[in-house]
Amino acid sequence: MSSIKANYFRPLDLKNGRVDMSHGSGGRAMAQLISELFAAAFDNEFLAQGNDGAVLPPVTGRLVMATDSHVVSPLFFAGGDIGCLSVHGTINDVAVMGAKPLYLSASFILEEGYPLSDLKRIVESMAQAARAAGVPIVTGDTKVVEKGNGDGVFITTTGVGVVREGVHLSGDLARAGDKILLSGAIGDHGMAILSQREGLTFSAPIVSDTAALHGLIAAMLDSGVTLRVLRDPTRGGVATTLNEIAKQSGVGMLLDEAAIVVNQPVEAACEFLGLDPLYVANEGKLIAICAAEDASRLLAVMRAHPLAAQASIIGEVVADTHGFVQMTTKLGGRRVVDWLAGEQLPRIC
Amino acid sequence: MKYVDEFRDGELAKNIAANIAREADPLKIYRLMEFCGGHTHAISRYGLVDLLPKNVRMIHGPGCPVCVLPIGRIDQAIRLAREHKVILCTYADTVRVPASDNLSLLRAKAAGADVRMIYSTQDALKIARDNPSREVVFLAIGFETTTPPTAVAIQQAAAEGLNNFSILCDHVLTPAAMHAILAVEGGVKIDGFVGPAHVSTVIGSQPYEPFADDDGKPVVIAGFEPLDVMQAILMLLRQVNEGRAVVENEFTRAVTREGNLKAQQWVADVFEIRDVFEWRGLGSVPKSALKLRSKYAAFDAEIKFNIAYVAVPDNKACECAAILRGQKRPQQCKIFGTVCTPENPVGSCMVSSEGACAAHYSYGRFREAVE
Repeated sequence: MSSIKANYFRPLDLKNGRVDMSHGSGGRAMAQLISELFAAAFDNEFLAQGNDGAVLPPVTGRLVMATDSHVVSPLFFAGGDIGCLSVHGTINDVAVMGAKPLYLSASFILEEGYPLSDLKRIVESMAQAARAAGVPIVTGDTKVVEKGNGDGVFITTTGVGVVREGVHLSGDLARAGDKILLSGAIGDHGMAILSQREGLTFSAPIVSDTAALHGLIAAMLDSGVTLRVLRDPTRGGVATTLNEIAKQSGVGMLLDEAAIVVNQPVEAACEFLGLDPLYVANEGKLIAICAAEDASRLLAVMRAHPLAAQASIIGEVVADTHGFVQMTTKLGGRRVVDWLAGEQLPRIC
Repeated sequence: MKYVDEFRDGELAKNIAANIAREADPLKIYRLMEFCGGHTHAISRYGLVDLLPKNVRMIHGPGCPVCVLPIGRIDQAIRLAREHKVILCTYADTVRVPASDNLSLLRAKAAGADVRMIYSTQDALKIARDNPSREVVFLAIGFETTTPPTAVAIQQAAAEGLNNFSILCDHVLTPAAMHAILAVEGGVKIDGFVGPAHVSTVIGSQPYEPFADDDGKPVVIAGFEPLDVMQAILMLLRQVNEGRAVVENEFTRAVTREGNLKAQQWVADVFEIRDVFEWRGLGSVPKSALKLRSKYAAFDAEIKFNIAYVAVPDNKACECAAILRGQKRPQQCKIFGTVCTPENPVGSCMVSSEGACAAHYSYGRFREAVE
């Protein structure tokens, strides 16, 4: 009979433990962190292969690949956290290309001293978001940087998807006469983050709109409407995204301010801080451009989906060699909706 | 949104626009100056020019706090941050104002200076309390709107004995600037002023009475919402047509004749009038700015760090000076939109969306493409 205990083993202290340099050193501590935290949460057959890379089954069709780094501060915010955000963001980047997202990778840069209990919350949030979306995290990596060289946790996710037959979406396909649709109210994510930062607390709760949009997009593609451009207006907001599309397509745009939905708490917070919601980030909205004759059908399909119940037609594509995105204001005047210059800073007086 | 949407109502705007169109005499040209950057922003942001007859022309005034700061004032702040290693706190857009040597506070920050953007003077005090071993300087800018919070901060710092806190005082005065505009030789002809909103909540409507009584210029104080501005324009047109020149108050929901007496009391306790202050665009204007009273000298960064103001000429090609005087429009500047853009402002008017150049570039430049 052997005198060696079956379990010479001390589990990770997920309650009071902290990330230390050994968790990134490639030794036993790192293996333990991966197996007890990441692999346990993300659990799927591809990750379980336990190799340097995941071997995936063959697919038919054109592949889309997108990557996104997440450095949000604070890491936890009303409506989400960096974990689910990093899953949604990359799924959306793949999906707006007209692809069905299939797999994700996740790469973590952890700061020495970061509480393992918070890391566990983030990882579980990622796992839940990935499961809910039906897109497994099949491979990953972890590095640790010394205290002071990171901001707690940075997460980079990469997604792969396959484009369905006959779908061609690109930012350069907008044509004069096309309609521009927006899936809902703008500015929720950016203002949720901003209002939670130190010193800027509002009593009215603003909740991030972070969500995976591939289900909505699948419904839009299933409708048979010919979509030309799909894009999620994240950093820089709706204004920046529309300027990008206008530049790529060599067209102008004319928006109707009255058709753009802004939730009241977001409007109030923007007013208070001197910000324009058109430039504030979204994480669960999309902009769609389609031919004018398809617009009302597309709008109906979008509104039938819970993530786009407040969808509206916000304007149209116009011929304009200057590539101006313009807007008819609620007052009936007209103005340019320009690229953001630098960071959006509040005005003073 | 309640209390705001009412002042952005498109239908009401159409009514006022129709009244303005009826009131405007087609044989006349009306040149109205909106003094404040807040009005400039509202006019551009809501495209109000499209609602006005061609012969009602809005001239942007110098009431944009970051626009009127001369280069030398920003240089002072940068020197404090870089050479004296202070924590330099200031409001918003001030960090982007171009200074000497192709610097701005934002660029100085990127090069290692400790520059922090704050929303309130209370933030600056907190930073000073939290960093007792560091010197904290608040670059205090703005017209009468931002002056009372600075006064309160000084009083608090004095009461607490917060000895590592001081301010670089660049607070300026609205009526002095309006006088300077009217005194510019060969200056722009002005038929009336849209008077300041937030400034007037503090100083009241009384200080504008000399412009009506002595200079014969109608003044209508207006809020910063688009309907406020439209209504004020209508009221100005009526005064001009009737040959009247009085101070009228469109912004009665916030402005009285006397203003905020409590705030005025605080300001009077802490500040006194500077003999002279250099403005960008208006040059040296006597009695146009504030400095700390001698009893608060310990909180005056200019004295504390012995950092004198050195005047620096503007970039030769930059027309900010003429634009701030209302003599030129942004698009008449040779470097507008080419060398000078919101990403790389050469002149201060391109920095803030309250500035005439940035407002035109960001919101109105499609008009030239059409013209």
